[in-house]
Amino acid sequence: MRITELFERGEFVLTAEVGPPKGVELDHLIKDAHEYLKTRVHALNVTDNQSSVMRTGSLATCRVLKDEGLLPIFQVTCRDRNRIALQSDILSAALLGIENLLLLTGDYTTLGDHPQAKPVFDLDSVSLIHAVKRLEEGFDIAGNAVDGAPPKFAKGAVVSPCSDSVDVQLAKMEAKVKAGCEYFQTQGVYEPEKFIKFMEQAKQFGVPVQLGLIIPKNVGMCRYMNANVAGVHVPDEMIAELQADKEKTKAGDTGVEICARLIRECKDYAQGVHIMSLGWENRIPEILDLAGIAPITPVV
Amino acid sequence: MLITQLKSQEAIEALAQGKTVIINCHGCKEVYFAEHEADAFQKELSANKEVTQIITTDYICNPDNLKLQLKKHTDVINAADTILVFSCGVGIQTVAALFEGKKVYSCCDTYPLPGFQGVTPLNVDCGQCGECYLNGTGGICPITACSKSLINGQCGGAKEGKCEVDKNMECGWERIYRKLEKLDKLDNMKYDAPKVRNYNNPNAE
Repeated sequence: MRITELFERGEFVLTAEVGPPKGVELDHLIKDAHEYLKTRVHALNVTDNQSSVMRTGSLATCRVLKDEGLLPIFQVTCRDRNRIALQSDILSAALLGIENLLLLTGDYTTLGDHPQAKPVFDLDSVSLIHAVKRLEEGFDIAGNAVDGAPPKFAKGAVVSPCSDSVDVQLAKMEAKVKAGCEYFQTQGVYEPEKFIKFMEQAKQFGVPVQLGLIIPKNVGMCRYMNANVAGVHVPDEMIAELQADKEKTKAGDTGVEICARLIRECKDYAQGVHIMSLGWENRIPEILDLAGIAPITPVV
Repeated sequence: MLITQLKSQEAIEALAQGKTVIINCHGCKEVYFAEHEADAFQKELSANKEVTQIITTDYICNPDNLKLQLKKHTDVINAADTILVFSCGVGIQTVAALFEGKKVYSCCDTYPLPGFQGVTPLNVDCGQCGECYLNGTGGICPITACSKSLINGQCGGAKEGKCEVDKNMECGWERIYRKLEKLDKLDNMKYDAPKVRNYNNPNAE
C-alpha cells in the first residue's frame, strides 16, 4: 500500500526509521519490527547507507520486511548513484512491490566510514522526485519511453522546520512539491513553537507533513546534535530536564516522556509522526501510549 | 585554455532590462572569446535596447583591478539597472560581488580546454560547467559555492549557515538565497522544471 492512501483517508500516519546492519543478518531488525513496531506504526523507513556509513542496502531490506508482512519505505539518496542507477533502482523497487519512497539528496561522503569515496550527486532530491514522477508518466528522465504499465509510488521527502534558515528550507520544500512530492517527514523537532509556526507557512503547499522525532537519549547526544546536526536544536530547558534525574534519563524514561509531550503539543498541526529511535525501537510503544496514540491495524 | 561561448541572442536580449551597461573582458590570452561575434551582437543590442555604456577592459577577475578599471564609469554604472558581463565565470562573479544590489548577468558559458588556464584563480569560482547558472543565482556559482554542486537549492545539511562538509565554508545556497532576497529575485527559486546537469557538454568537468 502507498502511505499517501492513508493520508487521503485522513489517518494520522505513524512511521519509524530502521537501519540495516553492516552485514546480512537481519534477524534482530525483523524481531524488533514485529515486537515493537508492527501494531504501532503504519510503515518503516529503511535508511540508505545512513550517515554515509556502508551497510546492507535499503531496497533488499525493504523487500525482506515486506515478506514479513510489514510496510517498508525505501529511502533513496543521490550520494552513491548517478541518474542511471537511481532510475534503475526505482524500477527495481516497483518490480519488488515496494510502493513507498523517501527521496533525499544525502549526506556527503566524508561524514561516513568511507571518506575516500567519490561523491556522486548527479541528481539531487528535487530532480530525483522529478525523475520518479517522469517514470510514473511512462518516461525516463532522458525522455525515453518505459515499456509496459508505469510504476506508481508514494513520493516523500524531508524538510527541517527548526532550521536556522527556515525560509531557505521552505523555498526548497516548495520546489519539492512542484516536482511531485506528496508527503514530508521532518528532521527531529524539539521546539514545538517553531514547528507550529513552520506548519502555518507550510500548509499553503497542501501536502501532509509528519512531525519528525529523534528520541533524546542523554545530554551528550543532545549537545552533539546541537553542535553538529543540521536543522536540530535541543533547547537548554530540555537539556536541564535530562540532567535533573540522571537515573531516570539513563533508564530512557526522560527521553520517552519528552517525545510523548512533543507529540501531544504538535499533534493538531501535523498529519502524522515519524520516529527516529536510533536503536531504541523498543521504546516506541511507550512513547505512543504516553502520547495517547492507540495501536493500529497493520497495513501492507 | 578556456572557451567562453556566447549564450543565445534571445537569452541575452531577455536579460537586458532597463538601463544596461555591458562589460567585456579581454584579459587572458588563454581564453578563447568570440570577440567579433560579441561586438556585432552588442551593436545590434544597442540599437534595440537601452545600452548606456559598453566597457571593454581586462582581468576583471581581479577585484582591485576591476574597481580601478571601472572607476571612471562609476556614474553610468550606478544609474544602470542591469550589468551584462561577457567574460569567463570568474569575471562575472567578481562583478556581481562588487555591485551587491545590481542585477549582474552572464552572457557566456565557460568550457575548459587542456593547457594553461589564464591568470584567473580557476578553482575558486568557476567550475567551467559549460551551462552557466549565474543568471538564476544572483551571480554566485552553485557549482563551486556548494560542496555538492547542487543546482536546485540547499541540501539541508548546513548548520548556522556553514556547510556540512567544511565548517569554514558558507553554505552556497544560503548565500544564493540571501543574494536573491536582496535583489528581490526570490522567484528565481520557483522554477517549474527541476534543473539537471548536462555532463555531455564538451570537456565539461
